[in-house]
Amino acid sequence: MSDIDVAYVAKLARLALTPAEIERFGAQLGALLEHVGALAELPTADVAATAQVIAQSNVTREDLAVPSLDRETVLAQAPSREGPYFRVPRIIGEEA
Amino acid sequence: MADRSAAEVARAVNARETSAVETLEAAYARIAERDGAIGAYLALTQDLARARAERVDAAVREGKRLPLAGVPLAVKDNMCLEGTPTTCASKILDGWIAPYTATAVQRLIDAGAVPLGKTNLDEFAMGSSCENSALGKTANPWDRSRVPGGSSGGSVAAVAAGEATLALGSDTGGSIREPAAFCGVVGFKPTYGRVSRYGLIAFASSLDQIGPIAQTVEDAALAYDLMAGKDPLDATTVDREVEPAAAGLRDDLRGVRVGIVKEFGLDKLEPDVRACYEQAYDDLRKLGAEFVEVGLPTADYGVATYYLIAPAECSSNLARFDGMRYGLRVEGPDVGATYEATRAAGFGDEVKRRILIGTYALSSGYYDAYYVRAQKARTLIAADFAKAFEACDVIACPAAASPAFAFNAKADPVSMYLMDYYTIPMSLAGLPSLSVPCGYVTPAGSDKPLPLGLELSAPLFAERALLGIAHAYERGTGHARAKQIPTLADAVSAR
Repeated sequence: MSDIDVAYVAKLARLALTPAEIERFGAQLGALLEHVGALAELPTADVAATAQVIAQSNVTREDLAVPSLDRETVLAQAPSREGPYFRVPRIIGEEA
Repeated sequence: MADRSAAEVARAVNARETSAVETLEAAYARIAERDGAIGAYLALTQDLARARAERVDAAVREGKRLPLAGVPLAVKDNMCLEGTPTTCASKILDGWIAPYTATAVQRLIDAGAVPLGKTNLDEFAMGSSCENSALGKTANPWDRSRVPGGSSGGSVAAVAAGEATLALGSDTGGSIREPAAFCGVVGFKPTYGRVSRYGLIAFASSLDQIGPIAQTVEDAALAYDLMAGKDPLDATTVDREVEPAAAGLRDDLRGVRVGIVKEFGLDKLEPDVRACYEQAYDDLRKLGAEFVEVGLPTADYGVATYYLIAPAECSSNLARFDGMRYGLRVEGPDVGATYEATRAAGFGDEVKRRILIGTYALSSGYYDAYYVRAQKARTLIAADFAKAFEACDVIACPAAASPAFAFNAKADPVSMYLMDYYTIPMSLAGLPSLSVPCGYVTPAGSDKPLPLGLELSAPLFAERALLGIAHAYERGTGHARAKQIPTLADAVSAR
């Protein structure tokens, strides 16, 4: 199971990796996938998947208006801001 | 003073034999003396602690009694505490100040606990040794050449070294229980959904649970009773009455059926470790427990199941760290390059590995073969436990296969993952589970005894029974507080 395309997976995960990291993580992920391959031995064909063990669904609460976090406190943590806004890199290309 | 249990501290503060401020000063003196050698804390919260301690003293003077009056509390640094740094021991959050307080932390503060500071962990709680912290090194107080365990390594080391009376940890696959075993303290993971995770920075949301780390089972029960229960701010908390565990503490095990797991045979262990667990089982018997053998045929698949489910959930949860609204940002030529550069610089190797595993397991073409299969294995594991608990009230096994290991001893990731062999199955099944000190072994060539932990696990929501049984074992054997940590004297001189 060492056919894992680490560069492609890293792209999906939004992680920049160096060639050395791609090689090292590739070998380590290969070893892990070999270990988890043992799960194929289990008779899971007719078994339901468990997302979490305490079955709860549609948990609702009253729709009450309560104060949210203070804007200044939150914006003070921003890597970059402009007035009352988060400043982020350009997302729409100039040629668009 | 810091060696008193939380129950003893609260009693003394409520009786005005001492004050919360005096208790706090003694705790900070202890930290100043020892933490240079131990490294349990990433940050101290002196101003907040002082303000809280003064409020506790004022309340006590007005005649109020608080269940944790003046109890010095250490908080794992993946839980928010308003106005203080919360880093997850990651460069991506270094310098971030939490704008609110986690519910579990707030409930203990409301009960009179005084937060001393934030403790070290494996980055984003991913690890079993605390070596994956990007921000500090924590040593095992029993032998500083060894790891404290992880991921809640700072919290357990703080309690073991007397640098906190009570601590909070989080446990996803063993992150409270394994380090508690390595440092000779009590570490308790409640049932999934029992304690609010509001303000706990998410790792694997179907597994994460907050729990107490304490010197005694009684203290763990006291903290659990205060934290447990529905929280409107965490929709995954279970709306079900909490049976107070502190009222269920018992002194014998008559009528208790202890299950021993066939697949967890002690013959896999080193002889001295094995002898210690055989003694622990004998002690349970002497206290009146009946023994039954139970089977967990799928337990051997726990680690494999966990290392698909937890990374899958982590890859999703950690997508929020993109450098836009908080934390580190490393600018690139465009937004995509900024995300990639920020995450490359902000996350350490283990976090990257798990994000990659999880992303792969969830990716098109592999989802059914890995993620869904792991979720089905999880169903089988939970069913095995349900069947086992038809025959027993509690399952006893080692919390870890060995005592604390040396730094850098587990360089290969899979060998580190296998450290959680005895704790992961219970996490996958959502069960309440704890580690209680059960004895000591001294490795060949060393003069330093190392603690071992007995893991006790119970059916869903059976916290009261579980803590009661652990209390009887602790009282009956006295391992928990039997030994002074021999290296603490030289921890002082080594500063």
